[in-house]
Amino acid sequence: MNFEFSEEHEDLRRTVRQFLENESNETAVREMMAEENGFSREVWARLSEELGLAGLIIEEKHGGAGFGMVELAIVMEEMGRVLLCAPFLSSAVLATSAIELGADASIQADLLPQIASGEKTATLAFSEAGDPWNLGKIEMTAAANGDAFKLSGQKTFVLDGRSANIILVAAKVGSELTLLQVDEDAAGLTRESLPPLDPTRKLATLRFDHTPAKRIASVDVRGALEQSIQRTITALAAEQLGGAQRCLDMAVDYAKSRLQFGRPIGSYQAIKHQCADLLVEVELARSAAYAAAFSADDKGADIAAAMAKSFCSETYAKAAKRNIQIHGGMGFTWEHPAHLYLKRAKASEIIFGSPSLHREKVARSVGISAA
Amino acid sequence: MTETEVRERVRSLLQKIHPDDPGATAVDFRGVQFDHGLAFASYPEGLGGLGLSPKMQSIVNDELQQNAKTFYENLAINPIGIGMGAPVLLTYGKDEGKREMLRRIFTGEDIWCQLFSEPSAGSDVAGLSSRAVRNGDDWVVNGQKVWTTLAHVSKWGMLVTRTDPDVPKHDGLSYFLLDMESPGVECRPLYQITGEAEFNEVFLNDVRIPHSRMLGEEGQGWRVAITTLMNERSALGGGASRKGGGPVSLLLKLLQESKVSRSKVEQALLEDRITRLYIRAEMLRLTTLRARATQRSGNPGPEGSVGKVAQSELYQQVWETCIDVLGEDGLIYELGYELRRPGDITSLRSGNDDDETRRLQAKYQLLRSQANTIEGGTSEIMRNILGERVLGLPGEPRVDKNIAWKDVPRG
Repeated sequence: MNFEFSEEHEDLRRTVRQFLENESNETAVREMMAEENGFSREVWARLSEELGLAGLIIEEKHGGAGFGMVELAIVMEEMGRVLLCAPFLSSAVLATSAIELGADASIQADLLPQIASGEKTATLAFSEAGDPWNLGKIEMTAAANGDAFKLSGQKTFVLDGRSANIILVAAKVGSELTLLQVDEDAAGLTRESLPPLDPTRKLATLRFDHTPAKRIASVDVRGALEQSIQRTITALAAEQLGGAQRCLDMAVDYAKSRLQFGRPIGSYQAIKHQCADLLVEVELARSAAYAAAFSADDKGADIAAAMAKSFCSETYAKAAKRNIQIHGGMGFTWEHPAHLYLKRAKASEIIFGSPSLHREKVARSVGISAA
Repeated sequence: MTETEVRERVRSLLQKIHPDDPGATAVDFRGVQFDHGLAFASYPEGLGGLGLSPKMQSIVNDELQQNAKTFYENLAINPIGIGMGAPVLLTYGKDEGKREMLRRIFTGEDIWCQLFSEPSAGSDVAGLSSRAVRNGDDWVVNGQKVWTTLAHVSKWGMLVTRTDPDVPKHDGLSYFLLDMESPGVECRPLYQITGEAEFNEVFLNDVRIPHSRMLGEEGQGWRVAITTLMNERSALGGGASRKGGGPVSLLLKLLQESKVSRSKVEQALLEDRITRLYIRAEMLRLTTLRARATQRSGNPGPEGSVGKVAQSELYQQVWETCIDVLGEDGLIYELGYELRRPGDITSLRSGNDDDETRRLQAKYQLLRSQANTIEGGTSEIMRNILGERVLGLPGEPRVDKNIAWKDVPRG
């Protein structure tokens, strides 16, 4: 396993960090999280044009930067650190991957440049109530009407589902799973924001009522969507790592400066050892996230991704909760950012499947549980 | 010297003497290896080395393993002598006799032990209370040491003892090489919870040590000891096993072999516990690899420091889960608790790969692994180190810092 970041990787990290420290400071995050769509089109445009992040993993021939999973992990880690409010995971990772891996070539050539330029954002609506992360449980069926299709039913927990310009829907045509595209202003489409536990990442329910849709994949996309979700959880694990590290940093900084009984609370082993324990967890999580990214094209990448998602999820939640406790009463206030990290941590633990769901995958693959 | 030249030199050593020859003992072979400068490649010529970079030693070992069936592991020959004694001798030893001592360490003719811990000084080893008093050309030592591996077969002990109780604790220590055959040195086995005695208690009663056997200056014993302890840390660092290797692989095998009847729910609960341990072990393995990568690139980070505390605690959980997998079989301890020196049981550690050995090993390790979070720095001390040296948190107020050792409360 190679774990070495190149000089170019470090440059990318520095550039992204610098940009985000200016554009996604706490004031900006609080402002965005109060908005229904939850992000600034202006910052998204700059992030796309100046840093090329909207098209980070899109091939150069489609106007992207042509980077891979390692670069994606670096960027996500930095975004997680500052709780960037933007449709990056939905548009630049999930929908981009679905198009790149599942859609027909002409569609790719049409949609990917619009996403890469930042002009449009995209999302993939696949979850249905009941068993939302299981592609095998998708029931929505596209009704054929000549070359055109109509969708009826409901998709939920759609990332940035209210704001996305390009709406991709996973639905069945016969026994096949396929991808369809729905226009923003299509007839019979209602987009309703869900009140999110994590206000820094928006979710929506999309209702379709005989809504016209264009089929954009001529083959079954089950494998392509599985692959897209695998990329997304690999990226999400890196985001969780960034958030967990930030929680640890906050806790340590506070433990150094907060004085009680005449000395910094970090000098007490009760606090110091909690910080040390978090350090251990964060370093293990770092290995999990980086290993999944570095091995994304190897055999066993699905298991690496599952381990990363389960481990980084739990680490982030632990770090966020511990950070609140180490801050004491201050950590429980609205004013302090600690709660924003707890909400992001917990929500990111749930989306794309709980830690135990991913552990089940690992358990079956290594023979702990029956395959 | 290039890698190719080093390999050639190993082959010319093997022309002179071959470890597979029935007539050549470990002492014979390793003696000639030392004389060829292939014992400690980074040491100066004449002292068992060739002044090469430390990594060349792994080239030497690789070449030896490729060309001979017999390969002598340093850990089996003289773990403390080679791991800690040799580096300290190299840095602080007097020229006279140094070569011969290093050679006898390497051949295993002289086993070494480390006389640091005392009953009243565990984590706070600098607070130790054994005393050395100057008498003519000698020092006369009284006190007790504990947890001394191999003391009962050692020729030399690395002794840290107090030569000045009137100064703060770190400043009053000196470091000696103690001839373990000296009158007044008494060694008793220290039986542990497995019934074995891997360690000893060493009693020192009016033991005379010539002043010439002091390493470093009088009062500088702590600094010399730190050199030894740093070598201990790197010796304990260990290697990353392969994916799914180590104790976790044993746990998985026991699970697969288990004939214990369990309800669906109980089985699912057990499987989740084991999956968590499997994932954690894999993360730890990857963290070791990552630590190596950052070390190579010259930017070592915190990933190197978390291993000891994470691994020792993980392994305890793994062994305990093994017993839970065994079910009622865990009630039986076939190895028995007869008080003894470690013998057959140590062979379990390398492990024959069969069901019976695995079961016995799990039972033994349930007990033995309890020491993992105590020996080589307790988990509490390791967390202080992580908190203070890695995260930069302030230390606890110290009540023993600027006062004479004799005025520090102890008990």
